[in-house]
Amino acid sequence: MRVILLTMLMLLATTARASDQPLRLVLHWLPQAQFAGYLMAEEKGFYAARGLDLKIIPGGPDVNVSQHLADGRAEFATMFLSTAIERSAAMDLVHIGQIVHQSALMLVASRDSDIRSLKDLGGRRVGMWGADFQIQPRALFKRLGIEVTVVEQAPSMDLFMRGGLDAVSAMWYNEYHTLMSYGLEEKDMVAFFFRDLDLNFPEDGLYCLRSTFERDPAAARAVAQASLDGWAYAFAHPEETLDVVLRRMKEHRVKANRAHQRWMLARMQDIVLAGGAPRLTLSRTDFERTTHILMEQGFASEPPRYEEFVMEPTP
Amino acid sequence: MRLSIGARLSALTLACVTLILAMVVGYAYVVSRDTIVELARKNGTAVAQGTASRINAQFQATAKVTETVAATLEDADLSKRFLSDLGRRVLFSNPGIFGTAVAFEPQAFERGTKYFAPYSYRRNYAITSVNLGGDDYNYFTKDWYQLARELNRPVWTEPYYDDGGGDTLMITYSAPFSRRTPRGLQPAGVVTADIDLAWLQRTISSVSVSASGYVFLLSRYGAYIAHPDPALIMNETIFTHAEDLNLPSLRDLGKEMVAGRAGFVEFSDLPGVGAAYVAYQPLPDERWSLAVVLPKDELLAGANRVTRIMTGIGLAGFVLLAGVILAVSGTITRPLRILTRAAGGIAAGNLDQPMPAIAPGDEVGDLAASFTSMKEALRRHIADLTTATAARERIESELRIARDIQMSILPKIFPPFPDRAELDVYASIVPAREVGGDLYDFFFADEHRFCFLIGDVSGKGVPAAFFMAVTKTLIKAVAEREKAPGRILSKVNDELAADNDSCMFVTLFLAILDTRTGRLEFGNAGHNAPLLLRRGRPPEWIGSLEEPMAGAMPDIDYTTGALDLAPGDTLFLTTDGVGEAMNPTLELYTDDRLLETVSAHANAGAQDMLRAVSASVTDWAGGAEQSDDITMLAVRYLGPAPQ
Repeated sequence: MRVILLTMLMLLATTARASDQPLRLVLHWLPQAQFAGYLMAEEKGFYAARGLDLKIIPGGPDVNVSQHLADGRAEFATMFLSTAIERSAAMDLVHIGQIVHQSALMLVASRDSDIRSLKDLGGRRVGMWGADFQIQPRALFKRLGIEVTVVEQAPSMDLFMRGGLDAVSAMWYNEYHTLMSYGLEEKDMVAFFFRDLDLNFPEDGLYCLRSTFERDPAAARAVAQASLDGWAYAFAHPEETLDVVLRRMKEHRVKANRAHQRWMLARMQDIVLAGGAPRLTLSRTDFERTTHILMEQGFASEPPRYEEFVMEPTP
Repeated sequence: MRLSIGARLSALTLACVTLILAMVVGYAYVVSRDTIVELARKNGTAVAQGTASRINAQFQATAKVTETVAATLEDADLSKRFLSDLGRRVLFSNPGIFGTAVAFEPQAFERGTKYFAPYSYRRNYAITSVNLGGDDYNYFTKDWYQLARELNRPVWTEPYYDDGGGDTLMITYSAPFSRRTPRGLQPAGVVTADIDLAWLQRTISSVSVSASGYVFLLSRYGAYIAHPDPALIMNETIFTHAEDLNLPSLRDLGKEMVAGRAGFVEFSDLPGVGAAYVAYQPLPDERWSLAVVLPKDELLAGANRVTRIMTGIGLAGFVLLAGVILAVSGTITRPLRILTRAAGGIAAGNLDQPMPAIAPGDEVGDLAASFTSMKEALRRHIADLTTATAARERIESELRIARDIQMSILPKIFPPFPDRAELDVYASIVPAREVGGDLYDFFFADEHRFCFLIGDVSGKGVPAAFFMAVTKTLIKAVAEREKAPGRILSKVNDELAADNDSCMFVTLFLAILDTRTGRLEFGNAGHNAPLLLRRGRPPEWIGSLEEPMAGAMPDIDYTTGALDLAPGDTLFLTTDGVGEAMNPTLELYTDDRLLETVSAHANAGAQDMLRAVSASVTDWAGGAEQSDDITMLAVRYLGPAPQ
C-alpha cells in the first residue's frame, strides 16, 4: 500500500513537473515566414487549445537545435529530415510530424553567365552553406560526374552578386527572392530545383528525443497537430500572419520586409501542401531516398528504420 | 432652341472671353511650372551631387586609410600589441571611422589559431578592443571578410548589423592583405574599416530639401541605407518596397539608380508625398545611389497660387463682363421688344394704338420711325380702300338696276301673240355678268307685217345698254313708217350716227314677214347670218349681205333682200355670243356645232329648238364664265291665217 502511494506520488510529481515547466520548441532558423505555422499556432493559442504550455525558441546561424534537445534546453525541434537522420546516429531522435514535403533547395546561376545546364557547373565556383545543405548538391554532382569548387556562402548573397560565385545555393522561399529584391528579375536567373532532379528531400519536420516521446506521446502528437493547425490558419489568413511574422522578426532584430515574407509564405504554402491537404505524414519513398543518398554520401552509416523513426500517426 | 439676341450675344462674347482667359491662365501656368520644374531639377541635382560628394569624401578617406594599413602589413613585424596599437591609432586619427579590424586567415597569424581578428571600435566615447571570431562568430563567411578575400580586391560591403563586436548598423571597407613568406606573398587576411550608418543617416537627414522633401540613399542592391522612414532601413530594398506598394515605377527608378545612372524623374504618386520629382545621383565608388525627393505640391505651390489668383480675377472679370453685356444688350433689345409688341397690335388690326416713343438717333430709332410711317400709310390706305369699295358697290348696284331696266324693255312674254296662228315665235337672252348690248325685238308693224330683229351693240357697260335701248326704240319708230327693211336700217343708221360722238355701233339683222304670203324681206347691218330651216332641206345660212354695221357713219344704203317662206319654215337668229361661247379649255362652240344642233331639232317648235340650242351651249360651256350675252330668236312661219 505504501509502495503504491509512493509510486502514485512520484507519478504525480513527474506529471506536475512536466506541466509546471513549459514545453519548448526550438526552430532551426531565425523567425520568418518559414515558421509562420508554429508562430501562428502559438499566437492563436492552438498549442494551448490542445492542453500544451509551449514556448517557441527562435533559432539562428549559431543555434544548433539537436544540441538544444540533447542538453534539455528544448523538448521539441524543427529540423530538415536529412539533418535529423544524420543526428539520429548520435542521439535517439524520433520524427513526430512532417511539415514541408518538398525540397525548396535550388541552385541559381546568373543568366549573364554561360551556365545553361547543370553540366555547365563543372569546374565552377558554387556557393554552398553548411554540410546539411551540401548533401543534395554533392549527390547531384556525383551523379553528373562533375567537380565544382565549393565556396561557403554568406546569407547576403553578396559574393554571388559581385561575380565571386558562378552559382549559388538558395532556398526557393528565401534567397531566391533576396536576389529578386536586389533587382534581378526571374528571367535574369537560371534556376535548378533539387525536387525536380530526383533529389527531393522533405525538409522542415518536427522531432524530439525518443525519451521525450515515450514519456508523453500524446503531448508530442499534440505539438505536431497544433503546428499543422497553425499552418492551415497561416495559409487562410496570410496578411494577419505576415503581421505576426514581421513583429516577431523585429523583436529579434532580424531584417524584415513584408514583400519578402509574403513571397516566403506563398512558397511555404507550395511546399507544405505540395499539391495536397495539410498533413504530417512522411512519405516512405522520400524517407528512403533521403537515407539512401545520405549513406551514399557518407553522412550516415546506419540510418534508422522508417518504422522505428517515424512516430506520427499514419492515416 | 430659340435664343434672344441678348443671350446669344452674351454667350458668344463670354465663350470667347473664357477661351482667351483659359489660354492666358494655362499658358502662364505652364510657363511658370516649367520654370519651377527646371529650377527643381537643377536644385535637386545640386543637392544630390553635394551630398554624394560629402559622403564620398568620407568614404575615400576611409578607403585610403584601410589600403595603407593593408600595404603596411605585408612586411611588418606582427605582434598582438602592434596590431592593437595600430587599430587605436587608426581610430584616433580618423574620427569618421567607427571600427577597424585586421582579420587573419586560419593559422595565418600563428599556428593553432583558427580565428584571429583584433578589432578596435568606439564605444561610449572610448576605444575598445576585442578579438573577433569563434564558433558563434565565424567571420570567414561574413561578407566583410569573405568578399575581399574571395574577390581579392578591396570592397565596400553592403550595410549590415554587426553582432560580432560593433553591435551597430555599419558598412565596412575591406582590403585583402598578403604576407611575405618563404613561399612568396600569401593571402593572409583582410583589413577593415567600418563606418557607422548612424553617421551617414545624420548626414543625409541634415540635408534640407523642402518642408516635406527628403533624401534617401540606396546600397548597390537597392537596400535603403538612409530614409526618413526608419522602418525601411535595412529591412527593405527599393525593389521589395515597390513590390509591397505595387508601384512598378519605383522599381524602375530602383533599376536606374542601382545601374549607377543619374537622372530626374516625375512620380505621379509616391507614398507619403504624392506627386513628386526625384533627382538621383550615383556614388560611383560604392555603387550606391542617392536620391532627392521634391514634392510637386510644394514646388508648384507658388505657381498654383498665381494660377488660382489669375483664375479668380478672370472669374470676377467674367461676371462683370456678363453683367455689362446683359445690360447693353437689354438697352438694344428692349425697344425692339416694345416695337414687336406694337407690330403685333398692328397685325391684329389695331391701327389706332399709339406707337411707342423711342428716341431717334440709332438703327432702332430709325426702325421705330419706319414703323410709325408704315402704320400711318396703312391706315390711309385702308380708309381709301373703304371709300373705294363703297363707291364700287354703289356703281355695281346701279348697273344691276340698269341691266334690269335694259332686260325689261325686251319682250318676254311667250307666246307674244296668242291670237295669231300664223307664227310661232320664241326668244331668249342670257346676259353675261357685265352689262352687254344684245337686243332682239318683234312686233306687228301693221295687220300683216310681222317685224323681227336681233342685234349686238359694240362694247359693254352702261353706254352699250343705252345705245341698245336707243336702237330698239328707233327701230320700232322707223319700222312703223318705212316698209323695206333696208330702208329702215338706213334710217336707223342715220339717226344713230348723227350724234354718235363715242363712235358706238350696232350690228342688226331685221326682217319683215308678210303673214299672208310668207314673203320675207330682210336687211343686215353687219350681223352674223341667221339659219333658215326649210321643211325637207338642210339648214342654210341666209342673208349675209356683207353690209356695214349701223351707227358708225351716216348715209349708208342698206339693201333689202327677200325670200319666200313656206309654212313650217323656221328662221333661227343668234348673236355671236352663241358661236363664241367657250368651254373651260377656251374652245369655241362654233357655228358648225350650232348648225348641227339646230338641224337635229329642225321639226321642233320655236321654243323647243331654242331651248335645245341653249342646253347644248350651256353643256359646252360646262361652268366656264360666260363672256358675252347669248341671245337667240326663233321665228317659225305656220302659214296664212285661215279666213
